[in-house]
Amino acid sequence: MTTHATFPETAYDPAPLLSVTGVSRFYGERIGCKDVSFDLWPGEVLGIVGESGSGKSTLLRCLAGIDQPDEGEVLFRGGPEPLDIYSVPEQERRRLMRTAWGIVHQNPRDGLRMDVSAGGNVGERLMDRGDRHYGAIRERALDWLSRVEIAGARIDDRPRQFSGGMQQRLQIARVLVSEPRLVFMDEPTGGLDVSVQAKLLDLLRVLVRDLGLAAIIVTHDLAVARLLTDRLMVMKDGHVVEQGLTDQVLDDPHHAYTQLLTSAVLTV
Amino acid sequence: MNAQQTWPADDASPAYNYAYLDEQTKRMIRRALLKAVAVPGYQVPFGSREMPLARGWGTGGIQVTAAIIGPDDTLKVIDQGADDTTNAVSIRRFFEKTADARTTEATAEATIIQTRHRIPEAPLRAGQIMVYQVPQPEPLRKLEPREAETRKMHAWAEYGLMQVKLYENIARFGEVTTTYDYPVMINGRYIMAPSPIPKFDNPKMHMSPALQLFGAGREKRIYALPPHTSVRSLDFEDHPFRIQSWSAPCALCAATDSYLDEVVIDDQGARMFVCSDSHHCETRRAQGHRGTMLGDAATSGLVDPSPSAVIPGDRRETRDPFRNPTEQGSGMDPGSALRSARDDDAKVEAGAKS
Repeated sequence: MTTHATFPETAYDPAPLLSVTGVSRFYGERIGCKDVSFDLWPGEVLGIVGESGSGKSTLLRCLAGIDQPDEGEVLFRGGPEPLDIYSVPEQERRRLMRTAWGIVHQNPRDGLRMDVSAGGNVGERLMDRGDRHYGAIRERALDWLSRVEIAGARIDDRPRQFSGGMQQRLQIARVLVSEPRLVFMDEPTGGLDVSVQAKLLDLLRVLVRDLGLAAIIVTHDLAVARLLTDRLMVMKDGHVVEQGLTDQVLDDPHHAYTQLLTSAVLTV
Repeated sequence: MNAQQTWPADDASPAYNYAYLDEQTKRMIRRALLKAVAVPGYQVPFGSREMPLARGWGTGGIQVTAAIIGPDDTLKVIDQGADDTTNAVSIRRFFEKTADARTTEATAEATIIQTRHRIPEAPLRAGQIMVYQVPQPEPLRKLEPREAETRKMHAWAEYGLMQVKLYENIARFGEVTTTYDYPVMINGRYIMAPSPIPKFDNPKMHMSPALQLFGAGREKRIYALPPHTSVRSLDFEDHPFRIQSWSAPCALCAATDSYLDEVVIDDQGARMFVCSDSHHCETRRAQGHRGTMLGDAATSGLVDPSPSAVIPGDRRETRDPFRNPTEQGSGMDPGSALRSARDDDAKVEAGAKS
């Protein structure tokens, strides 16, 4: 693995929000991802790039508490005590996933309830945590819909009446409404046309900066990585082959595979 | 509830075991019942048996009743509040035949009340057992199709999703439109489907002195509410739970506090409201209560015309002029309350109110 300069030390909060050590996931003989370690600080956006099948999504699933890794540990410092997310009971992990984390799926259908209105989708996390005031929930939902640029008049429409880009924005609102500290995004712009992608990226960038979120974004689109992320990890065949600051990795790729990747980007 | 283990010895042909089910099955069901009572609102799986009627016709309730009934019990069976519908009559006859049970239509006399979709209007008392027939025991099923997931949600009380359903109702219709099988929180812990009783009946479950047992035969689940258990219907702070109310009293017995069925009585859009609890309605009529559309009590055959059942100054006299003699023909069927009410009284003016 090639490592660029040392990671930025954040002055205000020296403790990383997420510490990943030696995470490996095997599918029988095959490697899903192997020996991945990194730290993620609050307010930082980490990109994971690599070709299809390189283990990006596997790694994300391990980090997000969906798939238990075969080796390694994931420490989350959401509260006063660091929490090894795979040693706590599943109940606690699910509670974390609903409150302190958010997961934005590549396909909005995986992250949304398609037969529940937009307002209900956004409000679900609020109701999960015990909000029982209809008017207040609706107000929050309207606020978040406007933040992701969905017209308030469409609050009672169902997601299947929305375009793909709107569904994706709705999914983001649904995740962010509970003000999570950490967001996992799996190809958030996949399957969208370029202009919609651009708007969505713009929105994500604003939201991430405004809310001081830490985010891990899996993508195979280097442009997305360049635009959104502070740091980059390049994966190939389940291994991290290179990591460093995004601009360094993309402008001065060390590993042969990264060089291949950056040179393969079409420039119009 | 004292189980008699065998059919009385002098019976000539014990074609079935007492109360139809074999003793092992009854023990299995009783164990499930005990567990269900110990954890109010928790759905206990049980080995549901084939019964001599189709799944979905009350096999869960019948199995529960069969497991708890004894020769000392008096059984009442209601279907949508009525004692005289096919399902209720058949189930009653089934237990008369197989369990030697006394049966009744009077709520107060019954020790076991098997019900489909209603709780009797008369208040229940300690020592009585309600047995509900449940088609879908899982209140979260329509929201979350995965059984493994709903069990986790129950185990960890992750009930936000249920609230989403209510939210959807209010967002779309301005109020919670669920009127039956309205989800309830049991003992502050489990969300439970109260079976498809109208939400009108939900408050009756709260702190009821009677034991309430729920059997879902097709879904193979049993759950229970011990006496004096809190039952809270879910709602929002700014949209509190409300039960149904009607603008008119019962057309036959003038009750204003009972659950009313709406009955269309002609093809002109005319309709009447009558108590869904047939025994409650009959009792009130026997006590002398008269609804606006109740015909001549004696000719309709609905009430005992004995003097004790007729209040002084019976309105029958005053109502006779309104009635069209050609319509109250002798060919009228005295059996059905609704039918006779329609035949007699559809033309009675609304002003003839008791």
